[in-house]
Amino acid sequence: MSGIPHDHYEPKSNGEKWLARRLPIVSLLYDTLTIPTPKNLNWMWIWGIVLTFCLALQIITGIVLAMHYTPHVDMAFASVEHIMRDVNGGYMLRYMHTNGASLFFVAVYAHIFRGLYYGSYKAPREITWIIGMLIYLLMMATGFMGYVLPWGQMSFWGATVITGLFGAIPFVGESLQTFLLGGPAVDNATLNRFFSLHYLLPFVIAGLVIVHIWAFHTTGNNNPTGVEVRRGSKEEAQKDTLPFWPYFVIKDLFALALILAVFFAIVGFMPNYLGHPDNYIEANPLATPAHIVPEWYFLPFYAILRAFTSEVWVVQIASFVTGGIIDAKFFGVLAMFGAIVVMALVPWLDTSSVRSGRFRPMFKWWFALFVVDFFVLMWLGAMPAEEPYASFSLIASAYWFAYFLVILPLLGVIEKPQPQPATIEEDFDAHYAPKAGGTKTIVNPAE
Amino acid sequence: MTMIKKLTLSALMALGLGTTGAMAAGAEGAHVENFDYSFEGPFGAYDVNQLQRGLQIYTEICSACHGLKFVPIRTLSDDGGPSMPQDQVREYAKRFEVFDAELDDFREAKPVDHFPKSSLENAPDLSLMAKKRAGFHGPYGLGINQFFKGIGGPEYIASLLTGYTGEEKEQAGSVFYENTAFPGGWIAMAPPLYGDDVEFADGHEADLHHLATDVSAFLMWTAEPKMMARKQAGFAGVVFLTLLSVLLYLTNKRLWASVKYKKED
Repeated sequence: MSGIPHDHYEPKSNGEKWLARRLPIVSLLYDTLTIPTPKNLNWMWIWGIVLTFCLALQIITGIVLAMHYTPHVDMAFASVEHIMRDVNGGYMLRYMHTNGASLFFVAVYAHIFRGLYYGSYKAPREITWIIGMLIYLLMMATGFMGYVLPWGQMSFWGATVITGLFGAIPFVGESLQTFLLGGPAVDNATLNRFFSLHYLLPFVIAGLVIVHIWAFHTTGNNNPTGVEVRRGSKEEAQKDTLPFWPYFVIKDLFALALILAVFFAIVGFMPNYLGHPDNYIEANPLATPAHIVPEWYFLPFYAILRAFTSEVWVVQIASFVTGGIIDAKFFGVLAMFGAIVVMALVPWLDTSSVRSGRFRPMFKWWFALFVVDFFVLMWLGAMPAEEPYASFSLIASAYWFAYFLVILPLLGVIEKPQPQPATIEEDFDAHYAPKAGGTKTIVNPAE
Repeated sequence: MTMIKKLTLSALMALGLGTTGAMAAGAEGAHVENFDYSFEGPFGAYDVNQLQRGLQIYTEICSACHGLKFVPIRTLSDDGGPSMPQDQVREYAKRFEVFDAELDDFREAKPVDHFPKSSLENAPDLSLMAKKRAGFHGPYGLGINQFFKGIGGPEYIASLLTGYTGEEKEQAGSVFYENTAFPGGWIAMAPPLYGDDVEFADGHEADLHHLATDVSAFLMWTAEPKMMARKQAGFAGVVFLTLLSVLLYLTNKRLWASVKYKKED
């Protein structure tokens, strides 16, 4: 499975040999768990485990919640209250599931920014990156549909606003919107299909996660130096790497336990902090809430959606050139999805030959500004659509696109990168003294 | 079609204040006072006597118009709630009439039934009122203070009950009452409490401030009946995971000790 030379599983007993000839499952598990992993990975490489845990948590709590939930407009809200009051541990399941979604997105954003800083998307890891972006898109779809299920006011009106975005697409928009909703407006058909898809998509995500892991197990992990593991021989590779089990499993589990301690504090002591109070009001198609705010993890893209009003000259030009087909609303929709598309295309937009941001003096600053931009957009997404927030949103959205479409392509040409270490071993030994008498890699742990 | 488009557009325009959803409906200009409750903070617990007093206020006053349709009457005897003896709950249930589909008629309520829903069309159900209103959003709209004070739902209710100024106005045939906590400042509900509206068996004080605090505490329980079990589970989780983190930290350190040597210099 891995391109890095390492020891493979050898069936020894007759039973193992019997099984291996028929189904090499032990070999697959062994090779996956002992994959040579760059030994200089830092603490930003723990999010993968957190994400895997989140997916498992959401699926397990979700399956039990689905046993007690009723996807019908007259009963959905009451069935959630039934879960909160009558189902054994139901309140804990539901709060873990709702806050689990937030933890999932905290982890995925950290994971994505890690990839963007250390150039994890660059050749030969483009497929890993693209699969990751697909997972992220499906996560957003799943999160959005899950938020509709309790059938509160924000569920209903959030669904109305977001599906309305599809209605902005010229020519086919209205039919597409009707198709998505299963009728002219958000109603029982919508709730039912959202429930069905909310149950289905996590399993699609799980499948893509396996492909994601398969892809980076083929190329090997990236690492903070961006320098590849030496593959000339097993001995050489062992100087750069350590087996995933136990070194990185234990390290990742430590980080996971710490993160879960914070998670349980939120679930136990302030479980509604990240939710909106209006969602405890049953959905009412006749009463629009004073403010419709999406969940926090959608806010940056919501800000981009709203930034492009008909007063913006880019929008006016687009409208003029296309003879009005691209109006302000459709432009906003294009910008929102475009913001994710440019991120997905970053392997081909970044022209620098150096992978890790650690050795790119100019990139570092533009990247820091990009992270700030993300949080500014998140804040703006929660602000009312009025001045000065509208202008701020436009500037922040412009930077998002400029980062991917102008800055990254240009930096590769004008930037003079700093010298990189020749090997991962060299970088590791610069931080930790080599063992007396030269480096000797410990293949088996002390125990 | 066009109506839906309009709805969508107006929805798009009606945009949110407040980060991370900490913003509530009903905060603009309205003043929510900080009342002290026994159940605030990570270790706060419901005061059983207060919940029972709140139930009495709800029963004698609020229930004339409002309902608690999501709350099963039997939960009045639950631990972590008003903890009433079961025979008392059975007796209490009899004061309500519920519709029985099997009998096709009304009958006395039993503990397995839910509280009746609002008898007045415009009176909102109170089951979740303490969670659908949030009084606290600070600092800077981040809502971090919720960690110490709770989300401010019961505070909103208590502020509303004590927030009448005495001013009235008539509009389109309805009377509105000025209220400092209600968004918009004018509410259709006449002041329900004045002080000494109920008499407690144990002679507990029944001035307006006490009544408002007691009934809002009771409504926090109806909205979040498992709060105490939840906090206990959360606390156990945090303690267990912190210990596990320490053990994993030590394991990790020991494991890597043979790979990472501290630099001499």
